[in-house]
Amino acid sequence: MTLQTTETVLAEEPSFAKRMFRMLLADKFALCAAIFLLVILVLAVIGPSWLGDLATKQNLRGRNAAPFDWGRGWVWWMGADALGRPLLARIVVATQNTLMVAAGAVALSAVIGTLLGLVAGFSSPRVNQVIMRLADVIMSFPSLLIAVIVLYILGSSILNLMLVLAITRIPVYLRTTRAEVLEIRERMFVQAARVMGASSRRILFRHILPVVVPTLTTLATLDFAYVMLAESALSFLGIGIQPPEITWGLMISQGRQYLTNAWWLSLWPGLAIILTTMSLNLLSNWLRIALDPVQRWRLEMKGSKNG
Amino acid sequence: MIPPPDSPEGAMLRFIRKRAVASLISLVGLIVMVFFLSRLTGDPAALFLPVEASAEMKQQFRELHGLNDPLLVQFGRYVGNVVTGDFGESLRKARPALDVVLEAFTWTLWLAIVTMTLVTGAAIVVGSLAAFRAGGFFDRLSSVISLVGASVPDFWIAIVAIVVFSVNLAWLPTSGTGSLLHWILPIAVLFIRPFGIIVQVVRGSMIGALSSAYVKTARAKGVKSGPIIFVHALRNAMLPVITVIGDQAASLLNGAVIVETIFGFPGVGKLMIDSILQRDFNVVLAAILVTALAIFLMNLAIDLAYALLDPRIRH
Repeated sequence: MTLQTTETVLAEEPSFAKRMFRMLLADKFALCAAIFLLVILVLAVIGPSWLGDLATKQNLRGRNAAPFDWGRGWVWWMGADALGRPLLARIVVATQNTLMVAAGAVALSAVIGTLLGLVAGFSSPRVNQVIMRLADVIMSFPSLLIAVIVLYILGSSILNLMLVLAITRIPVYLRTTRAEVLEIRERMFVQAARVMGASSRRILFRHILPVVVPTLTTLATLDFAYVMLAESALSFLGIGIQPPEITWGLMISQGRQYLTNAWWLSLWPGLAIILTTMSLNLLSNWLRIALDPVQRWRLEMKGSKNG
Repeated sequence: MIPPPDSPEGAMLRFIRKRAVASLISLVGLIVMVFFLSRLTGDPAALFLPVEASAEMKQQFRELHGLNDPLLVQFGRYVGNVVTGDFGESLRKARPALDVVLEAFTWTLWLAIVTMTLVTGAAIVVGSLAAFRAGGFFDRLSSVISLVGASVPDFWIAIVAIVVFSVNLAWLPTSGTGSLLHWILPIAVLFIRPFGIIVQVVRGSMIGALSSAYVKTARAKGVKSGPIIFVHALRNAMLPVITVIGDQAASLLNGAVIVETIFGFPGVGKLMIDSILQRDFNVVLAAILVTALAIFLMNLAIDLAYALLDPRIRH
């Protein structure tokens, strides 16, 4: 019986998407956030090949050119950096690295953390203890300091940065998943599946995981913002992404020495970070309600009134 | 997490011992991790010496510090040095690395204590008032600050604050120490993120406490709102708050690294970044381990406070 219900849920995928879309229309903040993130995502994909040349071409006569010069092309509207490169183009190009590091770190930590959490919640107390202690070691120390020392020893590259940030975030998913598994495994449908002879792996992945996934999705959205901030902080300190690669955090750092006469160098990349992380926060708020069967009616009621 | 209260004192002791052992394992885990990371990934001599060091210098360094010995012997010596607080000399300052670190650590400690005191006080008051009137001024204020804390990079706030308050308005100094004015911007920037997190925990916990039966009883008896919030409800809402205060005090160091670097504050965060950029590995190592020890002690204190406050453990 349980088998059938999971199959039907999977078969109703299109109606799920439609329902989510309708709920998104009901929350204006979340809608704006989703649209903004979509634009950022597109820029991340096409940015470097579209504006890559423009963003690296130096123009020493236009050093620190002021923003809001509407007479020039639109890439100059945000002004230019210390080497006369258009800031808007550089921000667009930097989108890819910024998002790639964060996405890689979030995906890696979410997958590893969830798997470990499933194992910890479903296996013997001893295995559980070992996994939880490992998480404690990581959690008990400020994440930025772990990143600092690991990057110092291993050297900083995009891949290392991704790995370090992933390691510091694994406990978040691990703890959440484990807590949920401990609760869900006592529920009737899991007991029923076990009585009917389902294997542990089947119970974990077909019965328990689907119940945990909504929580983890919300968490990952929120964490994306956190990891982005961490990456930009490391790049700002000079131990994250190294030039000539660029991220928004590194751009703020490069603009810091011209703070008194060219404030726009640091301002725009900062705004890019803020708008993105704020969108992620708003979207995660919406997801928490939209994916919760108990709370969902709030959005669905509003949606039906509008349409 | 909380053991069943069979015998009150025994349960409390067991709770504290369990937590202490868990924190100690974390501390030891970190010490081991740092050793293996620094010895097993490439050439340790290259890590400790400046980039321009010659091959002879590296060879000499290896012999002098026994880097050619078996790994286990090296590990024993490393643990011995860590336990006795011998981290070698700072290459930059030609003084024992531990002295340099402890000096800087005192600054950070003060910064953290002042900030966390302000954060805790403000978060408890604002969070309680926000819980008392959902959707009111304090509720909206706290959610705005929480959103800012979770979305705005702290280094960017610091930079903007310097431009506005130091450069344009010339009210506050840009960096360094010396007067009380020097402390305002670093503390203000450090304040935002932990406040945003703690205030939400206070609010959530208070909403639960305010809807409980004993608060309704107090209200029915005609007790005023003030005492209801700050006497009846708050005391019972404090437990989750204490846990999150401990977490935030530890991660305040994340912010301290940033804030100290930007404001030229001579704390351990700035020391760590400077030592990394100038490859002074002894100091980096000492700073990491001193910080870890401080966090270990603080966790212990938090657990003690928790056990003392929770009547289910203390009885």
